Amino acid sequence: MVRKWILGTVLGLLVLTLAAPALAQGESTAAAKSPEKGQWLLISSAFGMAVAAAACGYAQSRALTAACEGVSRNPGATDTIRIFTFLGLAFIEFLALLTFVVVMLLLFA
Amino acid sequence: MHEQSRVGVFLNEAVFDPLARALGISVTPGHHAVPDQIVMILLVASGLVLFSLWARRSFSVDAPSRIQLLLEVVLEAIQGLMKQVIGKDTDRFVPLIGSLAIYILTGNVLGQIPGFTSPTSNLNITASCAVCVFIYYNYQGIRKHGIFKYLKHLAGPVWWLAPLLFAVELVSHFARPFSLSMRLFGNIFAEELIIQSLNKYIFPFLTSVPVMFLGLFASTIQAFIFILLTMVYISGAVEEGDEQAIPHQNTALTSMNATA
Repeated sequence: MVRKWILGTVLGLLVLTLAAPALAQGESTAAAKSPEKGQWLLISSAFGMAVAAAACGYAQSRALTAACEGVSRNPGATDTIRIFTFLGLAFIEFLALLTFVVVMLLLFA
Repeated sequence: MHEQSRVGVFLNEAVFDPLARALGISVTPGHHAVPDQIVMILLVASGLVLFSLWARRSFSVDAPSRIQLLLEVVLEAIQGLMKQVIGKDTDRFVPLIGSLAIYILTGNVLGQIPGFTSPTSNLNITASCAVCVFIYYNYQGIRKHGIFKYLKHLAGPVWWLAPLLFAVELVSHFARPFSLSMRLFGNIFAEELIIQSLNKYIFPFLTSVPVMFLGLFASTIQAFIFILLTMVYISGAVEEGDEQAIPHQNTALTSMNATA
């Protein structure tokens, strides 16, 4: 049994090493295209993503706090509250995701 | 920015490239005939169809097999959620929502297997699901209320607000497929990108394993949210009008549509 586990682990690790992506692919980032503009692009996209992530985290924490309080006060309402929580979290997260998509477009497209 | 997965490259070299050459379709030099995510979605779709056909053979009322029990649990979970969100008379929507759930979940989870890519990390594939949902819930609304009543429902309760409200509702309805597709695509794509960059810049494979666990969790949540939003949209489309104001959680849920 133990030997089976060891064999499985080793095989799994081997598969994982095979799956490590090829390192040789060159990327044409914005930074490579025009150095001056590229620097500002990198800086602004990093800051934009950071602000979006921070605000999204704060907002989601507020929503989750309220949801947990609601559930602990009234456990009978768990199912309804769960649906509302997931919906709200999805809407909040979407704003950060839009920022992510815009950043990706700026950097790579 | 997205690397080709090994299985995608292999299938392209083994099947699709020779096929394209045989059919005389010109392929851009340096590219494969079929994009990576399309290969993956073909795998998912054909795999699910084959699985369903295989599982259907052993269905029985007296002696359910393990697969049947598992599928029944999934079906009951989806039906329970629909009963909670849409209300009564929900069995009509099971085919679309159930297949969306299984399709998206399989697609999301497939990316966690080394050598594969998530097909849902391509905007075209998520957008196709979202457009299907958009057409479907409008069709259901029109089928239930008739086209004039459905449009009147969009125009709001008071006639002098109608031009404004109609425009607002129109925009919010057309924003729905956009936000649905963007949400799924952004989540899965970000996760794939994190795994790739961890593999590339930090350490080949060990560091990305915790992210893959997180990815499993996020895949489930995203599939859940997709079908949950689909249900909310459907319930907004088929809800009863003012003549039958039933105090049901339904009405509270549909009021969230405005933020969608």
